[in-house]
Amino acid sequence: MLEAIRRILGLTWKELLAVLKDPRGRITLLIPPVFQCLIYGYVATYDLNDVPYAVLDRDRSAASRDLVARLDGSRAFHRLADLYRTEDLKTAIDERRVLLVIGIDSDFERKLLLGQPADVQVIADGRNSNTAGTALGYVGAVVTAFNADWRAAHGQGGSQVRVALRAWYNPNLETRWHMIPSLIGTLTLLQTLLLTAMSVAREREEGTFDQLLVTPFRPVEIMAGKALPSVLIGFVQATNILLVAQLWFQIPFAGSFLTLYTGLSLFLLAAVGIGLLVSSIAATMQQAMLYSFLVMMPFALLSGLATPLSSMPKALEDLTRVNPLRYAIDIAERVYLEGAGLDLLLPDLWPLALIAIVTLSTASWLFRHRVT
Amino acid sequence: MNATERSRPRPLSAKGRRVWSLVRKETHQIVRDPSSIAVGVVLPVILILLFGYGLSLDVMNVPVAVVLEDPSPDAVELAAGFQLSPYFEARLLTSMSRARELMLARQVDGIVRIRPDFARHLSLGDAEVQILVHGTDANKARIIQIYAQGAVGQWTARRAAEGKDVAGGPVIVRDRLWFNEANDSHYFLVPGLVVLVMTLIGALLTAMVMAREWERGTLESLFVTPVRIDEVLLGKTIPYFALGMVGLSLCLLAARFLFQIPVRGSVWVLAGGSMLYLLVALGIGLLISTATKSQFVASQVTVLVSFLPAFMLSGFLFDLRSMPAVVRAITTILPARYYVAILQTVFLAGDVWGVIVPNAAVLAIMAAVVLLLSRVITRKKLD
Amino acid sequence: MSAAGGNPPVLVGRDIRKTFRRHTGDVVKALDAVSLEVGPGMLTALVGPDGAGKTTLIRLAAGLMTADTGELKVLDIDVAADPQQVQERIGYMPQRFGLYEDLSVLENLNLYADMHGVTAAERRERYPRLMEMTALGRFTDRLAGRLSGGMKQKLGLACTLVRLPELLLLDEPTVGVDPLSRRDLWKIIRQLVHDQGLTVLLSTSYLDEAERCDRSVVLQEGRVLAQGPPAELSRKAAGRTFLAEPPAGQTARGLQARLLDDPGIVDAVPEGGQVRFVRAAPEADPVASVGALQGAAVVPAQPRFEDGFMILLRGTAAAGQALAGSTILDRPPERYGDEVVIEVRDLVRRFGSFAAVDHVSFEVRPGAIFGLLGPNGAGKTTTFRMLCGLLPATSGTLRVAGVDLRQARASARQRIGYVAQKFSLYGPLSVTENLEFFASAYGLHGGRRRDRIGWAMRQFELARFARLPSEQLPGGYKQRLAMAAALLHQPEILFLDEPTSGADPLARREFWRRISALAEQGVTAIITTHFLEEAEYCDRVAIMDAGRVLAQGTPAEVRRRARPEPGRSPTMEEAFIAIVEAARHGESPHAASVGGDA
Repeated sequence: MLEAIRRILGLTWKELLAVLKDPRGRITLLIPPVFQCLIYGYVATYDLNDVPYAVLDRDRSAASRDLVARLDGSRAFHRLADLYRTEDLKTAIDERRVLLVIGIDSDFERKLLLGQPADVQVIADGRNSNTAGTALGYVGAVVTAFNADWRAAHGQGGSQVRVALRAWYNPNLETRWHMIPSLIGTLTLLQTLLLTAMSVAREREEGTFDQLLVTPFRPVEIMAGKALPSVLIGFVQATNILLVAQLWFQIPFAGSFLTLYTGLSLFLLAAVGIGLLVSSIAATMQQAMLYSFLVMMPFALLSGLATPLSSMPKALEDLTRVNPLRYAIDIAERVYLEGAGLDLLLPDLWPLALIAIVTLSTASWLFRHRVT
Repeated sequence: MNATERSRPRPLSAKGRRVWSLVRKETHQIVRDPSSIAVGVVLPVILILLFGYGLSLDVMNVPVAVVLEDPSPDAVELAAGFQLSPYFEARLLTSMSRARELMLARQVDGIVRIRPDFARHLSLGDAEVQILVHGTDANKARIIQIYAQGAVGQWTARRAAEGKDVAGGPVIVRDRLWFNEANDSHYFLVPGLVVLVMTLIGALLTAMVMAREWERGTLESLFVTPVRIDEVLLGKTIPYFALGMVGLSLCLLAARFLFQIPVRGSVWVLAGGSMLYLLVALGIGLLISTATKSQFVASQVTVLVSFLPAFMLSGFLFDLRSMPAVVRAITTILPARYYVAILQTVFLAGDVWGVIVPNAAVLAIMAAVVLLLSRVITRKKLD
Repeated sequence: MSAAGGNPPVLVGRDIRKTFRRHTGDVVKALDAVSLEVGPGMLTALVGPDGAGKTTLIRLAAGLMTADTGELKVLDIDVAADPQQVQERIGYMPQRFGLYEDLSVLENLNLYADMHGVTAAERRERYPRLMEMTALGRFTDRLAGRLSGGMKQKLGLACTLVRLPELLLLDEPTVGVDPLSRRDLWKIIRQLVHDQGLTVLLSTSYLDEAERCDRSVVLQEGRVLAQGPPAELSRKAAGRTFLAEPPAGQTARGLQARLLDDPGIVDAVPEGGQVRFVRAAPEADPVASVGALQGAAVVPAQPRFEDGFMILLRGTAAAGQALAGSTILDRPPERYGDEVVIEVRDLVRRFGSFAAVDHVSFEVRPGAIFGLLGPNGAGKTTTFRMLCGLLPATSGTLRVAGVDLRQARASARQRIGYVAQKFSLYGPLSVTENLEFFASAYGLHGGRRRDRIGWAMRQFELARFARLPSEQLPGGYKQRLAMAAALLHQPEILFLDEPTSGADPLARREFWRRISALAEQGVTAIITTHFLEEAEYCDRVAIMDAGRVLAQGTPAEVRRRARPEPGRSPTMEEAFIAIVEAARHGESPHAASVGGDA
């Protein structure tokens, strides 16, 4: 037993040296995750902070000017043009100069003063319907505030239903809070999977694998020695991202590190298991790389990172249950933002453990039987 | 000497024959390597299916708990509004603590709370509906909030129509979403899919196969023949260009017939823009492989500089307008950004030359630059 | 066709210098003031130890590299100024010919024919000839990746010969190629030179090949030591070369080892049961002042190119320095008496319907060196992989130190050491790191580990490269490191798969000296090789072809199988070719074993 552990540690050390001795290896493993985390922390948001819009104000009254001023006053909007003709509206949107055009009818103020409902037309560029929807929501909020003030100022009563909104765990609903904890899993998955798959493929291609197999290493020990360094590197990457999240983006960490790392270790084992599985199928480094990519893409897309899982068709959502990234994102988010404990995370933890066990044991079986 | 004269009969046709031969060679290799088929054909198909059937940003059937603490008819009517909405899968509860439990276990994404004194407040003119959302997925949370407000708004409107005393806003927003009236997120996800597929084939595959030739030493013997560098590069570019066009056709057919996404502009403009982008992607792939000469490094660099930016920074998923100025400045050097602009316009808006011409011009310049650069840095030298 | 003689040389180099910078920062002089000429219609050989600069010189001539200074003209064109024009007119076959492995034989040929603008009519005329010369005609549709090493080299040569080049550059064309294919390759080359006036410049580490060339250029550490007809170099050894018959009770190997230790001896190799040796200086009495020769019958021998080459090399940089290579184990394996260490009976391995190994039987006794010889694809490596437990056998019995390594516990592998065909240690790791890893793989730790690594560093003289990444080691040192790693745990049995392929003559002598020394101390070695003269170092050899053992016995017994020419005893190579060809033509029904079959 002690002998076996010594051998595994020897292999682990060799793997770490092989990857980290090369400055290119060090750079590709340590810098991109941090860099990506920084960039995507800023990019990966559906919040808008610069909505260019144009106004076609046919009323030119105090009321219409007040409404437009309120839009300008909110930080998200940025008035590019005042239009005078309906035709201009089409070009402004077609050529993507503005995202929205606000149209105000010439009887706007008159109707308001009469206590009648007055329409405001908002035309949005739906080429990115998600952005457009968000922008429309912003307009709605500005108009609601305008209405309330108008009613208060003009004594127009009538019963009213207020909607009180509150969000748990992310009071300002910042997308970044969702995105960055999710990146912990996403960014580490790609590289741990690739690293593991490549490390075996490289030994096969360079002939060192045979050399390894004629030493007293047992297949299980080789597997462990290949898995451990990737898991360690995965931990370092995850920690780096965590540091960026807390020190740079200052997203408050609500949970316990112990819980997070427990979840992470199961996740990394699952990722490494998949990497080993890929490596036992691939004959060359190129195949290992391309096949890793082939599994990685669906994992990333079906993880709930960019699009919500609940919007997927049922069959596909069921399919995502074999995706370790799905659980990792859930764990990271819930520990990080909600402070969830292990008991609440159980539904995420056992599938990860299962994936790890299945992939690692299949890979180990293939190791023994694919040696030709 | 005799041999020399024979080896170069007519310079132009000899060049053409060499390129053609290299193209044939490359095609054989593509067809025979399972991994390039996997990335060149299988992955695009998987992506098409995922994007078409799986991924959607549209939030539907959100599980919410409606906590009805007021048994009055007004309150029940409001709660029923949530139950009928296609956006929600409402569970009617009477206790707030149960709702909290559900939210903690993430069985619901939001709570709509109608307080015990709702009806009384309504008659006083300041009733309140509380909406709590699970905020970890901020985007989804915001959409839920908007839907919930919408549900309350509809209820108010209905009451107003029935002549019950509820004041709607004096100003009513009438919004219209041009180009995507149904507000279907496929309309903008599928053009994005085209970008991903073209990047994958153009940059990743090319970078790998060219690096492989350096690594396996196949170029060393090839170099000591009459072949010129531009011929070697053309021999790589043409087959992958063709493969990219196959990928494009697959995506277009799927978009049109599987997902019923309109192509409002002309297909030729779409093809032209795609060709330009494909040339840029191919050029980037060739540049990376020549600079790294190693498959491992080439694949890593390609993913970092072409694939992930195409995914994250091109504006197909995350809007450029949401990005800080610095990042937006970075995106101006990314070809994918210009391609996405062309695609979204031609697919959904039509042939708007004001968008197409400037973006296509940038792509053309980029294509010229990267292809020229890869021509310059690839040399028939080993030292 | 142009004849040799008064015509201007095809390649002229004057004072060429080329340096490289290693990743570690130190500068290596690959070529240092090299001047040479290659005459038209001639076969010129570049010879020299690893790292002499042969490949660099050929790449310069092919226009793939540019010299730092000096002038190099090929076909009267300045290569540095106009490489393209040179490349259009020459043919070049690099050491590792870049065949497209996923293209078929014909597709590879067509690609090169297209590159050279060979017309369809010319192909119809030329292809059949190429196919006939290379014997690839049957395999035109086979993927190049599925060809054996020898066939790949022939295809590479055919690709460079789709049209007749004005100069043919070949960089070690016969490395890793079995003797039969090697002979075929040479036949092709000689035929072209002879019939069509082709000019060839080739590099080689086989000195018998250099001997067959019209001219030879000896390079060492980037400098030209000698150039001229090979016979000129052979003459240096005139009067200094002898053959010694070992006295009764002594082996040729033992005598050779002792001779090498003698300062008065430049070189000694076993040859046909005797030992050929070269004295440092001519001497009337060949036995004089050489203690090791006591009791041996010594006769003068015809000097060979190799003898002259050794005089030349050992007379320069490494002057006086004894050949490294004696290896002393600090704990020799216990003697098992005479029991069999490796036993193989009726071993079969099939891949589909193809029998790669077909009822092979042999056994190896402790402390013996057993040689497995055979052409590419004979089944040697497959047999090896089964012995090491890397591949399951289809049927048959197989025992290594009493167990089948495929089934035995992993700890049984503690008793074997394995050196693979190509360098297969971890390139980016330093010498020390590689040794440390293998020490831990074999369960050595603490003081024991330190001792063993120290031993390896001393015995294999690796200390000065301790921190160098192993991929940057000079060729011979890679071999040493591989041996050191395989010996760290003091195995009783060593498996060596073509350990000398591509090694230069010096490195090969050094290697065999170590193996002999280990065998003396009781280590059993089983080895495959393409250098048939190396079979003379073995106690027993088996010749394999097409999965079967064709002949087995001591080297002398096997040699006797060749039809002897009158007045001369056959070499191992002649015997080998005779045996394999006889078996291939179905002439030898009694293709079992010669001599005492145990």
